[in-house]
Amino acid sequence: MGQRVLLIEDEPNIIEAISYILSKDGWTVHTHSDGETAMEKVMQGVPDLIILDVMLPGRSGYDILRDLKAQDATADVPVMMLTARGQAKDREMAIGLGATQFMTKPFSNADVLESVRALATP
Amino acid sequence: MISFNLLIFVSLAYVAFLFLVAFAAERRSAQGKTGWLRSSTIYTLSLSIYCTAWTFYGAVGYAARSGLEYLTIYLGPTLVMIGWWWLVRKLVRIGRTQRLTSIADLISSRYGKSTVLGVLVTVLAIVGTTPYIALQLQSVTQSIGVFAASSGETWLPRDLNSAAMWVAVGLAVFTVVFGTRNLDAHERHHGIVLAIAVEAVVKLFALMAVGIFVVWGIAGGVGPTLDLIDASAQSQWNPVSGRWIGLIFVSAGAFLCLPRMFQVLVVENSDERVLGTASWAFPAYLLLMSLFVMPIAVVGLDLMPEGSNPDLFVVTLPLSEGRQGLAILSFLGGFSSATSMVIVATLALATMVSNHIIVPSWLNARTPGAVVSGDVRRVVVISRRISIGVILAFGYIYFRLSGGGTALAVIGLVSFMGVVQVLPAMIGGVFWRGANRWGAGAGLIVGFTVWAWTNFLPSFGIDGAISQAVFEHGPFGIGWLRPQALFGITGMDPFVHALFWSMFLNTTAFMVVSILTFPNPLERLQGAQFVNVFDYSSGARTWSQSAAQAEDLLVMAQRILGGSVAQATFRAEAKSQGKAGFLPDVTPDFIGRLERELSGSVGAATAHAMIGQLTEGTMVSVEDLIAVADETAQIMEYSNELEAKSAEQERTARALLEANEKLTALSIQKDAFLSQISHELRTPMTSIRSFSDILRDSEVEDEARKRFAGIIHEESNRLTRLLDDLLDLGVLESGQVQLNMGQGSLADVLDRAVIASGADTGKLSILRKPGAEAILVQTDLDRLAQVFINLISNAAKYCASETPQLRITVREIDGETVVDFCDNGAGIPKESQSMIFEKFSRLEDEGKAGGAGLGLAICRQIMGALGGDVIYLPGQGGAAFRVTLPKTQALAAQ
Amino acid sequence: MIKSKRAEFLERSSYRQRRIRDGARLLPIVALVLMILPLMWPRNSPEQNQTSDGIIYIFGLWIFLVFVSLFLSRVLRFSDPSRDEEARIPRGGE
Repeated sequence: MGQRVLLIEDEPNIIEAISYILSKDGWTVHTHSDGETAMEKVMQGVPDLIILDVMLPGRSGYDILRDLKAQDATADVPVMMLTARGQAKDREMAIGLGATQFMTKPFSNADVLESVRALATP
Repeated sequence: MISFNLLIFVSLAYVAFLFLVAFAAERRSAQGKTGWLRSSTIYTLSLSIYCTAWTFYGAVGYAARSGLEYLTIYLGPTLVMIGWWWLVRKLVRIGRTQRLTSIADLISSRYGKSTVLGVLVTVLAIVGTTPYIALQLQSVTQSIGVFAASSGETWLPRDLNSAAMWVAVGLAVFTVVFGTRNLDAHERHHGIVLAIAVEAVVKLFALMAVGIFVVWGIAGGVGPTLDLIDASAQSQWNPVSGRWIGLIFVSAGAFLCLPRMFQVLVVENSDERVLGTASWAFPAYLLLMSLFVMPIAVVGLDLMPEGSNPDLFVVTLPLSEGRQGLAILSFLGGFSSATSMVIVATLALATMVSNHIIVPSWLNARTPGAVVSGDVRRVVVISRRISIGVILAFGYIYFRLSGGGTALAVIGLVSFMGVVQVLPAMIGGVFWRGANRWGAGAGLIVGFTVWAWTNFLPSFGIDGAISQAVFEHGPFGIGWLRPQALFGITGMDPFVHALFWSMFLNTTAFMVVSILTFPNPLERLQGAQFVNVFDYSSGARTWSQSAAQAEDLLVMAQRILGGSVAQATFRAEAKSQGKAGFLPDVTPDFIGRLERELSGSVGAATAHAMIGQLTEGTMVSVEDLIAVADETAQIMEYSNELEAKSAEQERTARALLEANEKLTALSIQKDAFLSQISHELRTPMTSIRSFSDILRDSEVEDEARKRFAGIIHEESNRLTRLLDDLLDLGVLESGQVQLNMGQGSLADVLDRAVIASGADTGKLSILRKPGAEAILVQTDLDRLAQVFINLISNAAKYCASETPQLRITVREIDGETVVDFCDNGAGIPKESQSMIFEKFSRLEDEGKAGGAGLGLAICRQIMGALGGDVIYLPGQGGAAFRVTLPKTQALAAQ
Repeated sequence: MIKSKRAEFLERSSYRQRRIRDGARLLPIVALVLMILPLMWPRNSPEQNQTSDGIIYIFGLWIFLVFVSLFLSRVLRFSDPSRDEEARIPRGGE
């Protein structure tokens, strides 16, 4: 069984796309689409990598990232942020909060795969 | 007798003085001290180039021949100036916001930057103006001839010709020196304007001096002068209605359309507030110029020997009375009138020729792809100098060919009627958005042809340009084409005949063709910007006042061109300015070059938008959005074909990448609105891109492939909807929406809306009271339905109840018809109620519904445009909106 | 609770400005009519259409127009006219 990736994203089509390419590459993909309950989902089973959208319903991706980094159980899990805003300050904010990787939508599938492989390999 | 050499000396001294004045003005403006040069006095005086030698000498001749009719030539412009609030103010504003350089530029810009129209107007202007320039040369040489004769010297025609040539050469030098010194984006020439303002004072002073001398020195006061008038050959005033009205119309039109008038009235105007002063001061100037014309004519007829030329009374009368000083002053007045007209007319024409004929041809002649660098500027300057020389040479040649005879005397009015052919395209372009280039072209060509046939060619006299046989029987014996009796209507005054037919056929062609054809998008955009100029522009915008810092530009350029290329470009520019480092001064030149450089990478529309934002701080315009929309539309087309053609997938990916780069570039703006647009566009694009990558890069089973293509299709539609909404909102917000008023029953509109929103087939049940809806409304029914559709779809999407219900109630409150839409969902939290009508204000947790949050913003804009309102109605249980119909437009049930 | 978006009543000075603008628009029309008026003068005998009468009428009209225009240009406020034509009062209803 491949390593586990948790994708927190609210656009169903984007969820489907990322799930598809990662599953094909041998990853086990779990998805969640609500910001408010995202932390609970993470705590149910800590994944090897989290892909986190910035603009989520209920709670911002940055807030979730902050929580992830504040808890011992999840502080070391690599986090890849996705955003559709793509401004320099967003990137700085994400990296500053401890995100391992930052990606702007629209992304190329190859880039996503490459990053996921790089991040999740210990 | 007066020394002829003294006259020559005074003239040369006067010319030298004008050079000094112009030079001083240029210096002051170069030092940035333009305040005084831009004053309303200078502006008003510069308008006086309307009064040429045709006025200074010719008005007296006109009055001696036809009485008070000469006044019409000055009443027309008076009407235009006191009516400045209608038209002149608008032209000046348009001139400034569009940076117009000439009347040809006005017509060309308005009709989608049409090159052909620019050329057409330029040619028309040259044909109309060349004889007029010849007329000025003639009047100067004739008046010199008068002095020569009175001092006992014999002047041969050869001498007159060489005098005319030297005058023409002198004027060419003056115009080249002060007209092409610096290429200002605004085409403003302080030196020339100040010189013609000085000349305006001189000619008014001279004419009034002669007038005062005639009235009080010769006739013996006002009363005796009036008696003298009533005893003269012109004692009876019997104005011919057609001529009187026609002449007022032509002079008013010519005042706006003459290239030199457009130059001083619009192009040289740098502050529209001076119009207030000019609105009364210029009519006053014209009044003073006309005041003494009739007395001078009558006294001249009385005192001068039979057969003297009344066109020269202004000079010959003081001479015959032995007032040599006054005669010289009068000569200088006429000289001023002639020279100022020639200078400005030549400058205006040269600008048109170089901008609309030479430079476009030069750019076309270059091999495509060749680098267009800074030498455009050099080409413009050189072409303008050559044009000045050529136009003056034309004027001189025309003067020589016409033999300086009486044929020139009528040319003033002929020229006026020629340029007035531009009037329909100009007025239509400024007030009527439906006017388009086909209509303008048709009107110009028809008007120009009819004018040439009925007015211009006949002005050369019978057997001049048209043979007597054609005058009598028409060309090839076609009787209804006789130049002075079109369609067989005989007996009309030739002037009225030509004016009526040329303007009538011109305007008809212009309007009919405009109605029957379609404008292109750029034209429609320009049309909106011209017609609604007061909504678009609030203050002066120039490149020179650019707020852009070199550093900002460098940051942006690096993102687009890549670090090393951008840095090299900037360093080279700095070096050419004599500076070290990477940050050159931000000159208009440099901005232009940078824009071209960028447009090589991101496309012209995007480059212009980006530079514009940095340098002028302007918002993204509708034009920019349209450009982006066009690009996205192309991407969509590709996406729809994806399922079938795998070869196109790669192109799609590339196009997507480009569009994305443009969007990235656009989002450099910190503007929240743009950031939102970017986010809303990127989300569907992400799906499109990702799935097209999948389809391209890997083998996918048939079923999944269909499904993915379906998603791409669906997301493309979402993009289109979003762009449609954005454009709709852009149009509504800019106030340029066209309402399609109609009458219909409110019940029908609601029926349509319920069906169109698809709510009747969904889970939502809609409760209505048909009795209360039987109301006739007079408004744009489609727009009203759009509002209803939005509100009903919102309820269908967001109403969170188990059994969602929407209650639509129509009632009358305080004489206004209101339509309430209340659902039984959770409603909108109080703190959000004030925000829901803002763009992109979709409430966070309802994001999955797929809207971009523009619906309510559009609703509010539409209701504003219709004269009604839509508000949130708190305290109704669920979410509730109240649409108030425009009061005057709701009619009682019938 | 519900107020119309468009202002029904303007401040007195704005109202005055709008009427002055109406006046500025009307002036050239009135002027044109008055300029054409002499065409309708009775012309039955030589005393009725003397040029001197025409001169006095036309120049009198001209001076009148200059002064009306002078007055209007003094009282017209230039600052962006199209804006306060759409002056709106704050929306109520929340």
